[in-house]
Formats: sequence, structure tokens, C-alpha cells
Amino acid sequence: MNNQGKVKKVAISTTINGEEMEILVDPYISLLETLREIVGITGTKEGCNDGNCGACTVSIDGRIVDSCLVLGVEVEGKKIETVEGMATSEGLHPLQQAFLEEAALQCGICTPGFLVSAKALLDNEPKPSEERIRHWLAGNLCRCTGYDKIVKAVKKASN
Amino acid sequence: MVLDVNKKKYKVIGTRPIRHDGYDKVTGRAQYGADLKLPGMLIGAVLRSPHAHARIKNLDTTDAEKMDGVFAVMTAKDLPRLTDAERGNSEESGSEKHLSENVMAFDKVLYKGHVVAAVAAKDQNTALEAVKKIKVEYQILKSVTNVDQAMAPGAPILLEDFSGDHLGKKVRKTNIAAHVRHNVGDVDAAFKKAELIIEKEVNMQTVHQGYIEPHNATAVWDEEDRIKVWTSTQGAFDVRDSVSKVLGLGVSRIRVTPMEIGGGFGGKIPIYLEPIAAVLSKKSRRPVKAMMNRTDVFDATGPGPGGKVKVKIGIDSKGKMLAAYADIRLEAGGYPEAFIEAAAKCVFSCYEIPSMRIDAYDVLVNKASSAPYRAPASPQVAFATETVVDEICLQKKFDPIDFRLMNVATKGTRTALGPKYRTIGLQECLEAAKNSDQWKSRLDSKPSSGKKRGRGIASGYWFNIGFKSSVNLALNSDGIVSLTEGSTDIGGTRASIAMQAAEVLGIPAENIRPTVVDTDSIGHTDVTGGSRTTYATGYAAYKAAYKLIDEIIEKAALKWDINKNDVEYSDGVIKSKTDSALTMTIQEIASDSPGGPIVSSASVDLEEAGGGFAVHIVDLEIDEETGKTDVVNYTAIQDVGKAIHPSYVEGQMQGGAAQGIGWALNEEYFMSDDGVMLNSSYLDYRMPISLDLPMINTIIVEVPSEEHPFGVRGVGEPPIVPPIPAIGNAITNALGLRLLSTPMKPSRIIEALKKEN
Amino acid sequence: MIKVFLPYKIREILDVPVEIEAEGTNLRGLIDYLENMYPGVKNQLVEDDKLRPGMSAVIDGRTTRLGLIQKLENVSEIHFLPAIAGG
Repeated sequence: MNNQGKVKKVAISTTINGEEMEILVDPYISLLETLREIVGITGTKEGCNDGNCGACTVSIDGRIVDSCLVLGVEVEGKKIETVEGMATSEGLHPLQQAFLEEAALQCGICTPGFLVSAKALLDNEPKPSEERIRHWLAGNLCRCTGYDKIVKAVKKASN
Repeated sequence: MVLDVNKKKYKVIGTRPIRHDGYDKVTGRAQYGADLKLPGMLIGAVLRSPHAHARIKNLDTTDAEKMDGVFAVMTAKDLPRLTDAERGNSEESGSEKHLSENVMAFDKVLYKGHVVAAVAAKDQNTALEAVKKIKVEYQILKSVTNVDQAMAPGAPILLEDFSGDHLGKKVRKTNIAAHVRHNVGDVDAAFKKAELIIEKEVNMQTVHQGYIEPHNATAVWDEEDRIKVWTSTQGAFDVRDSVSKVLGLGVSRIRVTPMEIGGGFGGKIPIYLEPIAAVLSKKSRRPVKAMMNRTDVFDATGPGPGGKVKVKIGIDSKGKMLAAYADIRLEAGGYPEAFIEAAAKCVFSCYEIPSMRIDAYDVLVNKASSAPYRAPASPQVAFATETVVDEICLQKKFDPIDFRLMNVATKGTRTALGPKYRTIGLQECLEAAKNSDQWKSRLDSKPSSGKKRGRGIASGYWFNIGFKSSVNLALNSDGIVSLTEGSTDIGGTRASIAMQAAEVLGIPAENIRPTVVDTDSIGHTDVTGGSRTTYATGYAAYKAAYKLIDEIIEKAALKWDINKNDVEYSDGVIKSKTDSALTMTIQEIASDSPGGPIVSSASVDLEEAGGGFAVHIVDLEIDEETGKTDVVNYTAIQDVGKAIHPSYVEGQMQGGAAQGIGWALNEEYFMSDDGVMLNSSYLDYRMPISLDLPMINTIIVEVPSEEHPFGVRGVGEPPIVPPIPAIGNAITNALGLRLLSTPMKPSRIIEALKKEN
Repeated sequence: MIKVFLPYKIREILDVPVEIEAEGTNLRGLIDYLENMYPGVKNQLVEDDKLRPGMSAVIDGRTTRLGLIQKLENVSEIHFLPAIAGG
């Protein structure tokens, strides 16, 4: 706390999509808000802000989390990956390409969350079954597609 | 699978190109409303009523105004008082006073979550803290949250100055905003002749469209009293019109830029935050962005109406329907309306019935004002009708598809509202259902101990509106055509519109670059909804493409110094009909176009397009101990007229089915006794997740509509209609008992099983 | 002669049969013809020389978007109905 009784911002060192950066964060804001407002990358979306829809999914040191349930200050020294880090100068990640080819998005708001979640699955289990895919993605809500084409896209990308 | 009735061959239509906005959306670049940042932008937050029904006795914003970091505070006193007389009862002619009061309450709140004030502050947290400092004194009133309560004698009256329209009579002090009736033939005489009459009443809970993206709006009000608005909306021009009414400014003073939108399903047609952001911007002299949170979305944005629907059908000894009666009562929420005319139009739409009478009631209740939800009111009435049809089949041992075919609505059938159908494809859908793998497959009714399986089928209908759309085309020097249009793209319509222009021009879909533009940049375009976008905006693109060809031909004739009747165009190449040496590509004419660049524009104002029918088949497995119901197989069959982009057509069928499944099995608003929604989060408002659904098989039937050059019918809405009754019928098939309330959740199934035993 | 069907509400108020017959070269003319037979009908259907907001005219199954200027050629049935939209 500073002299006026206001809570001071905290300096955080973190790596986001491979880029090391230092940011100043209010200690009470979420990682989601940190990414969108402080770092300024808005690919990660807010759907509910209470950990129930997965639209804010990011990966922290290889593990997927709902970034609305993580504080910004908690990622000191950690590696964060968001949807913005999936494509490279070589091109789209196979999941992104598969989502396009299989028409696995309609409004697209849930798509970043699904891509980050699905990538974490394929990074660890290269050839998941349909049931495994559905189980893994159960924390990501989609209201437009009924999940059919999303599951097909993940299967396609796993080949 | 695509079943094309007329087997016409197209070059682009029916293919599956990658959608033009796809790359931005899979990389996170696409800008949705909440992503927008403007220099100097403030964050707006609103104060909402904690009470379902109350008078505002006092509103004190002083402490909020004094707070550090707060730049503006507003109440309804900052909006002009509108006093128009109540108009008709359709979406197009709602009261302006109600529109304004729904945005911000003036002297009375009608639902928990009703906005009473708003602030703009330097950041989200300051704005939320400031809102807490606004003091409101409420006189709490008794509330009503369903049609029975609202229609009971002595019920508290929501709109005290309002007159309901009861079959043409103006009635004051009523919660029945409207009572309408439709009558064809003579039902009383016809029922007397019936050999069997079945009557059922269904009870539906309120549900939400459930779009993942909460509402948002950003506004700048400048020194010239011109307003720029950015919002995730289904209709930028609708927003412009509504904001113009609420703020009392001419439409041309308002420019609305539609951002990318994270789902709508009808729920993002009404305005909520736009006028608030605008007034806060005026008062603070800064851009202001306001966003809802998930609780706000559930509490205060228009849900799909709950209510009660009673249907009675009489058949003769052969099984022909003679008479049908419906009594439809739907919740309008705090303000009219509840889509009762649409309900009346849909309730008997799948059948040819010589005598029909429908009474429909639009009922005010203390809930957020109902908004359209994908085929508004059609799922509710289909549940009732298809339950009665299923019951008739059970009692008379009729095959469910053959009975429907015996009574099928077809071209020339007189509808309940009066007009006769033009070409429709329900019969073809029923036949496709009969021939489908799922229908032909054997269902094991007792797959394992403690589990039962059942199969259900149901039909559904939604008409599709036409209305106005505009499209501009410009031919670039590389032969690529820029297409600008005003239909926000919720599900791939940018692509389906571009594909129709590409088909006419004979060039690949990738060579059309579509952009959705703001209200200053394109002619009036009506809402993305009502299943009209691929139909109407596509038709405008089609017309604009033909006009572009005329322009190309004229410029070529000028360039070659020949008569334009001597010039022909085909697939990107222009030729002289008589001199084979004269030939060039559209790139060549575009790079050197005499008299100016090659552009065209077209607009339409269309009638309804033929209407879409859907038939769904569902196989369920029910655990008799827990009541848990799993969908083990699902087939959605639908007549789409012509599938421009089959992948996105399938997407609509699957998405609508998924919403219907959630509605049937789990979704509902739990209301407390004092009118507060208790489950206003995604945890407890239980929408389907990936584990809840199987692959959803689709069969696209194509019976071209007469109203569109490629035969397009609206696709988006019909698929939400059959799931609820199909599931109800499957439960009956599995367990031998019938549920008449949604959701058909585990506890209801257990309770019903207990009663049976 | 064209068969004309008015909404239930208007039929009740003005005591008009379910099916009536009228003629006109366009919708405006037809409504004037109806007004002669059933005074008061025009006011129910028309406001400011336009079809009332919330009222539509369906001509042989097709909803006209042109309102009163819609020409009537080879028409069998006209239904006046509440205008409805969707979601």
C-alpha cells in the first residue's frame, strides 16, 4: 500500500507467446484482464468471468487454465501461450487450418479458447479418440456449432 | 448428405471454400465489440435494480459523481421523455416509450436487473465501485413470474398506463398485452365429426439464447451532436433507428459500426447499452465503452419466452386431421411482446387441417423483456402439437412418419393465418427421414440393466423474412471484386453472400472480398436474423453482380468501339460475339477502364422466402435410477431450398439442434418467489457441453424456393424447433410415460417414473 | 373479383364475413372498394396513406413489400395479416 491507502501496482516479469516482457499490474485483476487491457492482446475472450465457459483459456507453462480465475500477478516468471502464439511465420497451426477447413466456427468467439485447449491435448496425446476429445474439451462452451465440426477438426489436425 | 431435388449444377454454389473472415477469427485478430480500444476511452457501468417489481422513490447519484476517477453519471432524466401511443403488436412497431424505459427505467422497475443509472469512469473497477455509491430508494411491489400468476385476478399490474388489445378492445389495468385470434373453417362443427380427439397442454420454462459473448457498446458523442457507435449487434441499422428514437436525434446523426459478434440468435437484435454509452460520452466528452457481465446477460437481456401451450387435434376414422385448436400463452417479460403472431403462424404449420382456431395471449411478467430466440415461439408451440401428434400415433398405432405424410402441409395448403403455401419441402423431408440410416436402424430398447432407450421424431417450421438489403461491388485492377454489405456475419454469411456474387460472375469465391461495413457506407440493410441473410443480402449481391456485368460490357464496348450488344461476358472473360480477335479478361478491363472504375450497386426489399421445414430423429438412453438422459444418435433433416455453402448450412442445423436439446433436457430459469433468477451463471444454467452430444447427422434437402434465383430458403431457425418434441416423444417411447414440461430434466423423469410405479 | 380475408379482430369490430370479394387495379384501389362495402375498414388498414405498421398484405401467398402501390393482376386471394419478423 502507498501513503494514500491505495493498493500499488506490482511489476511482473513474464513470457507471453515467446516474448519476454515486464508489465505493471494491479494485484486484484485477473490474467484475462491483464492480457486484454495491460498487454493489449484481445484474442483471449471473456464469456462469463467465473470459470465456466473456457473462452478465456490460455496455457501457463504448458497447462491450460481459465485465465479469468488466475490473477495477473500469479504469472511472475511463467510462460504464457495464447491463441496469438499458435501461428508462426511458417503458417497456421494445423488446428487453426483444420478449424477453417472443417467450418468448425460460426461466430468464432469461443474459437481461441478451443484452439488453445485442443493444442494442449494434441501436444500430449497425438491421436486422441472422439470420446477423449469431447472429454478434454468439456470445459469449453460453444453455443453455435453443437461441437460436431469442432471435434472433427481436432481429429483432422491430429492426423 | 445433400439431396438436391432439381439437380442443377453450379460452379461455386454448393462448394465449401474457407470463409473470408476465417483467418482473422482463428488467429485472434478479429475485433469483437469488447476488443475495441479508443484513445481516452472511459469504461461505463450500470446500476441495476435488485428487485423484480418496484417503484423508484428516490435516486441519489451525488456520491458517485464526487468520486475520484468518475467522469459522468446518468439517469433516465438524461433521456428525452417519449410518449407515443401504443402501436401494433409486432416487432416492427413496438412502443418507443417502452424501448426507452427498457434501456433505463424512469419511475418503475419491471425486472431484476432493470437498469436505473450508469457511470463512466477511468477503468472498470472504478466504474463498478462508483455504481455502488448510487443510492436508490425502492418501494417494492408484488411480482409475477409466469403466465398463470400474471393473468390471475388481482395480479399486480406491470404497465399501469398501458392498454392491452384484447381482440380489438382496449383494456386497461391488465397484464395481457394482447389477445389475438385466428380462425379458419368451423372448428366446433369439425370437432363434433372427429373420431378421436387428443388434447395436451405443455408448460415451458424461460430460456436464454446463451451466446458466449456478453453485450457491449462503445460510443463517441461529438461537438456537432453526431454520434458514433460500435457494437456487437445483429443489425447496425436497427441499432441506428432505435438509438435515434431513444435519444430523439435524426438517424443520419448516428453512425453504427457493427463489430464482429459472438453469437446472437436473436438476442442481439434489441438495444441495451448503446444509448447509455452515448449519453455518458456526451456528458464526459470522452469515448465510453460499456460491457455486460454474464449475470447481467441472464438477468436483464431478453430471454426466450416461457409459457403454456394447449393443443387439441381431432382426426377422422382414417387418420385425417379435421380440426385443431390452440391456446397459446407466452411471457412477454416487462414489456410487450412475446411473438404470439409467430406462434399462431407456426403451431399447425406442418399439417393440412381444414378447420383451425388459435387464441394467443401476450402476457407481461416481471422478467427481462423477451427477445427473439431463434424461431421465436415456434419451439414452444411445436412441443404441444408434435406431442399431440405422437399421442395420436401411439393410440391408433399409426407409423409416426406415415401419419404425418397423410396430413402433410404442401403447396396450396391453407395455413392457419389464411394464405396458402407456395412451394414447400416438408413432404420431401419426411420421406428423407423415412429413408435415413437412423430411422432404418434397429433400436435396442433395453441396452443394459437399468437403462432404457427410445426413439422420437418431430417436425418443425419457420418462415423467413425478406426485407431490405443493399450490396456494393467494385472491380479491382487485379480482377478481384470488393463486395461491401451491411449484414453482420454471425455464422458464415459473408462467405455465402460472396459465393452468390461469384456464381453470377463466374469467378472463384476467393476472388470476391466481402466486408461488413457501417451504416454510413452502405444502403439500408435489415437485421441478420429471421433467416434472411443468405436469402436477401445474397439476392442483392446477385443483382449487383449482374449490374457489374452490364458495366463491364459497356466499358468493353467503349474500349473496342463496338456496339455493346456485340459484347458478351462469361466467367471473367469478355468477348466480341462477332470478332474473335477481340477478347480480354476482367483484370485487363479493370486496369484500363474508360470513363471510370467499374462499380455497381443493388438493393432489395423482399417478401418471405417460402419457409423452411425440419424433421429431427433422436435416440435417447435413459438411466432409470438417476434420470440422466444421453443423446445416443441424432439426425437433423431440413429443406434449405439451396445450400450455398453446405458446411455452414450443416452448422446451422447442428447448432440449432444443440440448442433445442439443451432446452429440452436442462435449460431453465430458476426463479425465487420474489422474481429473482437464482441460476444466472453458466454453471447452473446448464447448456450442452461437448460431452452431452453425439455427432449430429445432417441431411440437407433442397426443394428450391420460388422467391430466390438459386432457390435459397432461410436455414438458421427451423432446426431449433423439432428437438424438444422429438426428445419428449423419445422419452415416451423409452419409458411409456409422457412429460409435458420443459426441461425434461433427471428429477422430472425420476418423479414421473415413481408416479407410474 | 378477388377474395379478401381480413384479420379476425377487424372482422369482429366491423362485423365483416370471413371471406369477402373486392376489386382494384392496385392495393389502394382495392382498400377503397372495401371501404365502400364496410365503412371503417380503411382506417383499420391504412395510416398516413400507407399500410399501417404491423399490417401486411399477402397476395396469393406472397407478402407484398410495395404496400398500397402494389399492382393487382391475376390475383385470387389477398390476406391482410399482422406483420411478423424473426430472430
